[in-house]
Amino acid sequence: MGHTLFAKIWDAHRIADTAGGAHLIAIDRVFLHERTGAAALRRMAETGRGVLDPTRVFAVMDHIVDTRPGRGDGTLMPGGEGFITETRAAVRAAGITLFDVNDRDQGIIHVISPEQGIVLPGLTLVAPDSHTCTQGAFGALAWGIGSSEAEHAMVTGTLRMERPQTMRVTFTGQLAPGVTAKDMALALIAAHGAGGGAGHAVEFAGEAVNALDMEGRMTLCNMATEFSAMTGIIAPDAKTFAYLAGRPYAPEAFDDRYWATLRSDPDAAFEREIVIDAAAIAPMVSWGTSPEHTIPVTAAVPQGPERAHHYIGLAPGAPLAGTPIDAAFIGSCTNSRISDLRRAAALLKGRRIAPSIRKALVVPGSLAVKRQAEAEGLDRIFTDAGFEWRMSGCSLCFYAGGEGFPEGSRVISSTNRNFEGRQGPGIRTHIASPETVVASAIAGAIADPRLLAAGEARA
Amino acid sequence: MTPFSSITSPGVPLLRDNIDTDTIIPSREMKTTGRTGLAEGLFAPWRYTDAAARIRDPGFVLNQRDAIGTRLLLAGRNFGCGSSREHAVWALAEFGIEAIIAPSFAPIFKGNCIRNGLLPVELPEAVVRGLVWQMVTIDLPTQTVNAGGETWHFAIDPEAKTMLAEGLDAIDLTLKQKPAILQWLASDRQARPWAYLENAT
Repeated sequence: MGHTLFAKIWDAHRIADTAGGAHLIAIDRVFLHERTGAAALRRMAETGRGVLDPTRVFAVMDHIVDTRPGRGDGTLMPGGEGFITETRAAVRAAGITLFDVNDRDQGIIHVISPEQGIVLPGLTLVAPDSHTCTQGAFGALAWGIGSSEAEHAMVTGTLRMERPQTMRVTFTGQLAPGVTAKDMALALIAAHGAGGGAGHAVEFAGEAVNALDMEGRMTLCNMATEFSAMTGIIAPDAKTFAYLAGRPYAPEAFDDRYWATLRSDPDAAFEREIVIDAAAIAPMVSWGTSPEHTIPVTAAVPQGPERAHHYIGLAPGAPLAGTPIDAAFIGSCTNSRISDLRRAAALLKGRRIAPSIRKALVVPGSLAVKRQAEAEGLDRIFTDAGFEWRMSGCSLCFYAGGEGFPEGSRVISSTNRNFEGRQGPGIRTHIASPETVVASAIAGAIADPRLLAAGEARA
Repeated sequence: MTPFSSITSPGVPLLRDNIDTDTIIPSREMKTTGRTGLAEGLFAPWRYTDAAARIRDPGFVLNQRDAIGTRLLLAGRNFGCGSSREHAVWALAEFGIEAIIAPSFAPIFKGNCIRNGLLPVELPEAVVRGLVWQMVTIDLPTQTVNAGGETWHFAIDPEAKTMLAEGLDAIDLTLKQKPAILQWLASDRQARPWAYLENAT
């Protein structure tokens, strides 16, 4: 019986079995941010424990930093500056590498870790951030943990873990034009539920996954936590190599022989298998308050939990397309990379957002993405169309109490969560691809991006 | 951490599916880098009609008289989904919640519970619904839930059970294995030199 990709990495990192039946798993990289990492650093300092190997721990300011030009440590979140200054001091005391507020490489963890070559195939990487699964796109075992476990990983270089089960999600065939990795993720969650992956490490496979570029793969893996999976992972290939080559923290020469083993054996057995026809996926938009409340943009709102209909203000049977929107957001660890901005800008070029849109933001995932976009003139396309162009950070993927959308707004958003109040009290969020965000912002209502550019946009 | 043995408490119902950690403790209620001062923000979007002014919504279950002092919540599927913020568990614990019974939990939240002495119990949805407002006893050593003369067995990972029952600090426990960890690292450094970074600032 062959082994799965997950099992190969897990077993290679298994130091010991604990008395309680868990495994002691070696952790190669820990990444912190100022929001939840600060609590881990504070406890570590209080208990007088140190970091086992500071060269393998990284930190970034991304969650509550201001994204307006000219920013410093000040942030719109009430009390937020304390998180930034305290995290900086604790990180320095611990000897950890920090991507600080205005460092040229600052950005969202899951954007900058690959950009810097910190994540590598075959590594274990954890962060006190649920979207750490994004980095599974590189054939690494990467997953989100709490602050206590982050402290555990820093101090001991390990985590105590029950071995999860394995699931393979195979996307057969090819995506239709205008359909992206984000739509694949949303289609999976819509079909199998927001809890559908619980207890499992999910490997994404199949023709449509292989066809994705690295940034599309990151978008797909990013949503594994919205499926309640421990993580998502994709076998590394030539694209993975090419992406990482020459990155600052990547090795000069990779271990080719080891790399070649990082794939599930043909006879490997998974505890669960799901197969999805990629060609049948349409652009997807959420209608309710869970990522599982998602339908094709062309569909009518189905019958869901009463509370979700009440919060979002859409009755069963109502067409989703044509629902007026007040605000638009492009950003977050799901869809803020250069390819996302290029595709969005390509649709937007020469057009303007509807006058009814009260707030529209583009927040690049990193300062490197921002520089690249500006070099290509994308920022001008966005600002000419009526979007604000920002510094990098998590921004309005969530609401931290400072900057928000206008009261009562209905937002079309390239982010990953449409929870009640996620983007602010009473704010109604519809999650979708960057293409769908742009098409909707232009129309002033939820719109099908395929009608805007038949056959052009593609992940 | 306080060891968990057994509790008896009325089953207070929050029977919605996919209750996320943003709802349990919104980002704007996480005001310090510490682990305390969070109970007031627990379920703020549902608990208050005006969260800033702390005006309570009498319709929300935790504001009802029968729920005062509860140690137990009953919840729907996939409880604790969303953000990994451990503040959700810290807020629940500080409020006085010691156990949650639900058909399923989101994995990071479940792990955070174990690390903080809060017991997550998984039982079928029909059983959870049957426990609403009943006096419920949860016994960890025998892994049973008792209410109204009936008994249900629940599963829990042996490691998690030990951690909860003995109130163990996982870091101290793991540090006892430091020789094995260092030995593993030494041999791994030979096998995967590329995985080690020497030049971090």
